[in-house]
Amino acid sequence: MAIVKIKGLVKRYPMGGQKFTALDHIDLEFGKGEFCGFVGPSGSGKTTLLNVIGALDAPSEGSTVVLNEHVETLSQKKAAGLRNHHIGFIFQTYNLLPVYSVYENVEFPLLLLKIPKEDRKKKVLDALEWVGLMDKIKSKPAQLSGGQCQRVAVARAIVKRPELVLADEPTANLDSENSYNILEMMVKLNKELETTFIFATHDEKVMKYLRRKVHLVDGKVTKDEIIGKGAQ
Amino acid sequence: MLGVKLAYLNLKEAGLRTWLNVAVLSLTFIFIVGYQGLYVGMLKDSSRAMIDEEVAGGQYWHKNYDPYDALTLEDSHGKIPVSLEELINQKKATPILIRQATIYPAGRMQTAQLRGIDPAQTIVTIPLSFLDNNKEELPVLIGTKMAKAKNLHVGDSLIVRWRDTNGTFDAVEGKIVHIMKTQVQTIDSGVLWVPLDRLREMTVMPDEATIVTISQDVSKYESYSGWPFKDQKFLIRDLTEMVKADSVSAKIMYVILLFLGMLAVFDTQILSIFRRRKEIGTLIALGMTRTQVISLFTIEGVFHGVLALVVSAVIGTPLLYLFSLKGMPLPQVTNEYGFALADRIYPVYTAGLVFGTAALVMVIVTIVSFLPTREIAKLKPTEALKGKLA
Repeated sequence: MAIVKIKGLVKRYPMGGQKFTALDHIDLEFGKGEFCGFVGPSGSGKTTLLNVIGALDAPSEGSTVVLNEHVETLSQKKAAGLRNHHIGFIFQTYNLLPVYSVYENVEFPLLLLKIPKEDRKKKVLDALEWVGLMDKIKSKPAQLSGGQCQRVAVARAIVKRPELVLADEPTANLDSENSYNILEMMVKLNKELETTFIFATHDEKVMKYLRRKVHLVDGKVTKDEIIGKGAQ
Repeated sequence: MLGVKLAYLNLKEAGLRTWLNVAVLSLTFIFIVGYQGLYVGMLKDSSRAMIDEEVAGGQYWHKNYDPYDALTLEDSHGKIPVSLEELINQKKATPILIRQATIYPAGRMQTAQLRGIDPAQTIVTIPLSFLDNNKEELPVLIGTKMAKAKNLHVGDSLIVRWRDTNGTFDAVEGKIVHIMKTQVQTIDSGVLWVPLDRLREMTVMPDEATIVTISQDVSKYESYSGWPFKDQKFLIRDLTEMVKADSVSAKIMYVILLFLGMLAVFDTQILSIFRRRKEIGTLIALGMTRTQVISLFTIEGVFHGVLALVVSAVIGTPLLYLFSLKGMPLPQVTNEYGFALADRIYPVYTAGLVFGTAALVMVIVTIVSFLPTREIAKLKPTEALKGKLA
């Protein structure tokens, strides 16, 4: 069953009085439990496509259905609800809330979902155990290494057990070892929780793990490659 | 709750910036309460003095009497109505006869007002017992301002000249028997207090008066033909209006102070939104609505106000309490202001003043905190995540 259906997606931005086409008639579908990614050079439209799927940006043309919701017609409030309930985000620069501890950062999406305290605590501790950060619960992001920060970001993305996790260059700021650890962890989560992971990356290390690679060049899909089991 | 906790942590993280805002707001709050308290204290003290020493429970005025028109004094006298006389006999009212006079202190001619009052009366608290002392010369009681203005001292003699009811001029030598210290200008400046019987005799106005002052114990006032009643509120209206007018000028200072305080909060909010665009983008990506993000930043701004009130309570309470005990001394020059002022003003902080000012500060802080956050509504989450303003 497809959880993301993209048809005729066009995204244009105003640029210097003209319109720049970032995505040009994209047609794609992603099913439940996929571990896939958009690959391509900088400016190829990877992040833009990820943002449209994440209901952070609206398409200029075409339709994007994410978990049965039409992104192009979603109100800001409904888009927030979709992200809140069903989508986890992982960013290149971690985007952790600096004033919160590791525990509080991971707990944050659950607070937005108004999950009861006891249930919340269990979910947060489970997520932190998955990413192996039980000993850093009280630390602030500033006290963590880059790899640890990204693990917190992963825990935050998966703590609410979303159907879809969107990861934008998640290993770009990490060394090889940390990248490996993070990716192994994501693969494990993908298998155990059947969470769909969609990456935007040009990192070879990530590409090795992908079971499906969608190649983008100048906003167009040039190749949709099914790899099988990837590096898993 | 989520917003409150996050707002609190963000403020804590902002450290010195937060405390600078809080300090400015606290000082503004304490200053407003302290300064406004002075006006309340001044009004209260001056009103009390006026009521105790002049107005009491109110006054019946002779129909022709107009305190602002000296020419009306000529005809402002008449027989006291019988039922009002009964009140006087019951010691619940005291008549005062007011006549124009001319005095010659040190040979210089000066206009003055003779006020005859029963030295035994207990309605107003003027030290009238001194008026009984001298039966030969006209005993005269004056206030400190009058004494200073006319260069008179206790024991000084002065010629007092007046016209009786028939228009005949007469004169007598008066003697200053006491100089009373009063902050009520209207019973001091240009006024010579003399025994009522003597003045009635001098002016050939037996049983007559210009005003009849009523005890504060009298709660029901009847109306008498030709003697309109003036209540306390009316009689102290000049003072109330004057304090109100002064209070307006003080309020201009509050507005300037508040403006500075609010500018600090506004600036912090703008800076916060500019510096924390990425955080705003993250919050939206995590599922917060724009309204929730706007609320979060507004709460942060409002917290400045809340913290300022807490700090004001901690620092301001002992400070303002001490101020209310010690009061504020007034320089000698205020004697020339022409209205009732004590040597020292003791501020009075009413619940209305404290809570009203707190509410005002909170309302303004909330508005000022909210205004810049409207920028968030225009922010594109994708741009914000990159740390850009859309």
